[in-house]
Amino acid sequence: MPAHDVLIIGAGLAGQRAALAAADAGATVAIMSKVHPVRSHSVAAAGGINAAINVADDWRSHAYDTVKGSDFLGDQDAIEVMCSEAPGEVMHLEHIGVTFHRNESGELDLRAFGGASAKRTAYVADITGQAILHVLYEQLMKYSDRVDRYEEWFTTSLVLDDSGACVGVVARDIRTGAMETFSAKNVILASGGAGQCFKPTTNGLICTGDGIAQAYAAGAPLMDMEMIQYHPTCLVENGFLITEGARGEGAHLLNADGERFMEKYAPNKMELASRDVVSRAEQTEINEGRGVGPGGVGIYLDVTVVPRKRTLEALREIVNIGKDFAGVDITREPIMIRPGQHYIMGGVKTDIDGKTPLDGLYAAGEVACVSVHGGNRLGANSLLDTLIFGRRAGEHAAARATDMRMPTATTSVQRDDEKMIASIIDRPREGRRISEIKDELGTVMNRHVAVFREEAGLQQAHEVVRRLKEESKTAYVDDRGTIFNQDVLGAVELGYMLECAEAIVVAAIERKESRGAQFRTDYPERNDDEWLKHIDINRNGDDVPQVSYSEVTFTQWQPEERKY
Amino acid sequence: MAEATEFTLRLRRYDPESGDAAYWDEHTIELEPHRSVLEGILQAKARFDGSIGIRCSCRAAICGSCGVRVNGQPGLACHTHLDAALASSRDGVIEVEPMGNMPVIKDLIVDMDAVHWKKIARVTPWLINKEPIPEREYIVDREAMVDVTQSMACIQCGACVSDCLSMEVDPLFVGPAASAKAYRFVGDPRDDQQRERLTDLAQDPHGIYTCTHCFKCIDACPKGVAPMSQIMRLRRRAGSDHHIDDRNNGHRHEASFVTLIKGYGLLHEAELLPRSYGGDSWFGKFHPKAGKVLMSSLPAITKAVMRGKVKPKTALLGHKIPKDDLKSVQRIYDKVAARDQRLELNLYITGYDEDVDGAGTAPAAATSGAAQTGADSGQPGQSPEGSPSR
Repeated sequence: MPAHDVLIIGAGLAGQRAALAAADAGATVAIMSKVHPVRSHSVAAAGGINAAINVADDWRSHAYDTVKGSDFLGDQDAIEVMCSEAPGEVMHLEHIGVTFHRNESGELDLRAFGGASAKRTAYVADITGQAILHVLYEQLMKYSDRVDRYEEWFTTSLVLDDSGACVGVVARDIRTGAMETFSAKNVILASGGAGQCFKPTTNGLICTGDGIAQAYAAGAPLMDMEMIQYHPTCLVENGFLITEGARGEGAHLLNADGERFMEKYAPNKMELASRDVVSRAEQTEINEGRGVGPGGVGIYLDVTVVPRKRTLEALREIVNIGKDFAGVDITREPIMIRPGQHYIMGGVKTDIDGKTPLDGLYAAGEVACVSVHGGNRLGANSLLDTLIFGRRAGEHAAARATDMRMPTATTSVQRDDEKMIASIIDRPREGRRISEIKDELGTVMNRHVAVFREEAGLQQAHEVVRRLKEESKTAYVDDRGTIFNQDVLGAVELGYMLECAEAIVVAAIERKESRGAQFRTDYPERNDDEWLKHIDINRNGDDVPQVSYSEVTFTQWQPEERKY
Repeated sequence: MAEATEFTLRLRRYDPESGDAAYWDEHTIELEPHRSVLEGILQAKARFDGSIGIRCSCRAAICGSCGVRVNGQPGLACHTHLDAALASSRDGVIEVEPMGNMPVIKDLIVDMDAVHWKKIARVTPWLINKEPIPEREYIVDREAMVDVTQSMACIQCGACVSDCLSMEVDPLFVGPAASAKAYRFVGDPRDDQQRERLTDLAQDPHGIYTCTHCFKCIDACPKGVAPMSQIMRLRRRAGSDHHIDDRNNGHRHEASFVTLIKGYGLLHEAELLPRSYGGDSWFGKFHPKAGKVLMSSLPAITKAVMRGKVKPKTALLGHKIPKDDLKSVQRIYDKVAARDQRLELNLYITGYDEDVDGAGTAPAAATSGAAQTGADSGQPGQSPEGSPSR
């Protein structure tokens, strides 16, 4: 049985950073991912990474912007850690080879981003996530003798010992179909978000909430699950992302009257207000009949005001996306966008070292909720979150491993999972298709758990999710093979998505106020007296999840009215 | 918005557990014509047969998972529009096959580790830092970072590897993707081992001089990385900047081409090999190495003569072109030689060929020559106004 000091599930930015940090700290490390590491969804992060590296800037300013962006729900101790360590992390990335773009003096160039009071976003054109991910993978190749890589291995369960500590995982080698139990002193979940619960979403097909659901099933609490970020600029047709970097470079948002409507909603920051504010403004314009395009469901993003040469150099990827997926040359004409599901601020609850309340289990990146993003994440803070807390989790887990014995994970979980997979494959073709259930889930979530929410819609979404959970138990698959059976893994992923979706809906029903990304039309005001607290969700067998609360940590910033 | 239309997909299927050979499987799907082939496959998978194997995630040409061949042309399934694919199909059915040059695992899924990633690992794919490492960032030229962004734009999809002709002939060839990866370090001013990297790739008998300039990788690349251009840049850096006299005779061979075209306006076939091997002058043919290589090349020469590819007279005496034309050719050489800096074809710096406000109009115009080859061949996935990925 393979055994490691630190076993990391997921090989996006958080996972790879954790692996490198744990290896540097002297631990034996393995990293496992259901896709090849460079396919991880971090690859799609476009705009950049925030850090107060300009000498005129201060990490406290970055921290305050983040606190304000979070609508004061973010934990300020964690935000201080993230923002104060950001400059060092960006310099580390630069040293290992990330090709950050430079200014005329050859120093790192910085671009403007939403909700930020200074230019502090370092970038590589508009492929920043891709560039960092591929450079980290270069380092993983360099560390081949120190980090074992299990690429295209699908984790099915966390394994706990009798005391409830996490001591390993069960995984399936997708290429052969073989199942195996892995022992580990520490497991770090870095398996990303759950965007596929929504349709459309900017997230890749792999973002199915696996880690969130696995930790939840093992008894770890989830936090801030109601906080779902709708990104203001997604293609109307298919939900593909247009980077915030476009607005950072100066692009405008226009309604059907050709008006820069952000004047009404955020007169100071305009298009660069925080994402929840911009998305709400757009949705309001659309709902009030000032949308553009067929059905008036879109808003124009006008990039033509950015000098063409600059667009071609710094926003190349979205020039391609515009041409390939919308038939629009964004350097010549405006493109139709609308808010689209993009990110989940919530996740597995952790402390500032990535530790979850479950011994031996860590989480970092989108799967986790530290909480640095609170009610709303600022653009270019997600890459930072993955790297800072990925590294911290890796270091902490490696340190924890030094004075403990290697546990032996029981193989009974593997037998259960083998039976579970066999039973899915053997199901008669009587129930619904997996794809139908997934489709219905995404549609209902996007209808009722979106930019604007209210009680009746949320209750309806909850009912649908409960029904789909039942239906998923008899949903059948077509593929009966073992080699690369993506079909059966899709059924397992659907189970994960339904667990995440229920946690999201239950938390959204619970929070009876409007804060950050949660806007309740039936409770349109922020209510600090009653709701300046995190909502924690615990699994409760097959019943409706249990809700509890935890305190928000304050250090130096008290809640105030939030205006951009 | 356009209406949904029916398209028929013919997918190459292979089930390694069945013991049967690969076979074709047809499905009719219904989507708007500008949707991608990947969306078509996903619809077939969702509605008719969940066992269709294809790697995919982002659907937006960023994650690099869905490399396939559509109607024989390598690329990303998500980056190929259904209407364009239909237009390039032989019989009105869109044919999707796994990529080439790599073993098939199942259906459209190939073993990239066995070929692609092995080659990436071959080029020491990590930065070897210039010492001392500064406390803050390395101070480097602004354009240098924009320049390597073209190579960094590679998403490791394998489309270029799929149809690399040189790799088909020489499976050990380092290949287009790994070469582009190598350029990402050779072009990175923070790397300490540029000369060592170049020496390694020039001296390797399966290294940068194995490429035969077929342009297939440039056609295949969905991200405008133009791997062949990166290979040519590696050669220029190796030969012209670092004066690496490789044992494969690659650099001398290129130099002979240059001298001959400058001298004659057209290639002087009989002089080429002697100069490449014996030294780039009229006396080259008297070098023993020249004699040896001429002897060993006799079968190929004979074949070429028999098939009428070369005429003995022009091959031996050289082609004659009008004096004015020859002067024009030589003027091109003089103009290029007179430049202070070598201009490289990099879309991130030069922009597209239609740019009038771009920084370098001349090199951009040259790029369009390369781009044309792809557009003319009716490659699927190209929007009518020309592919954005070129």
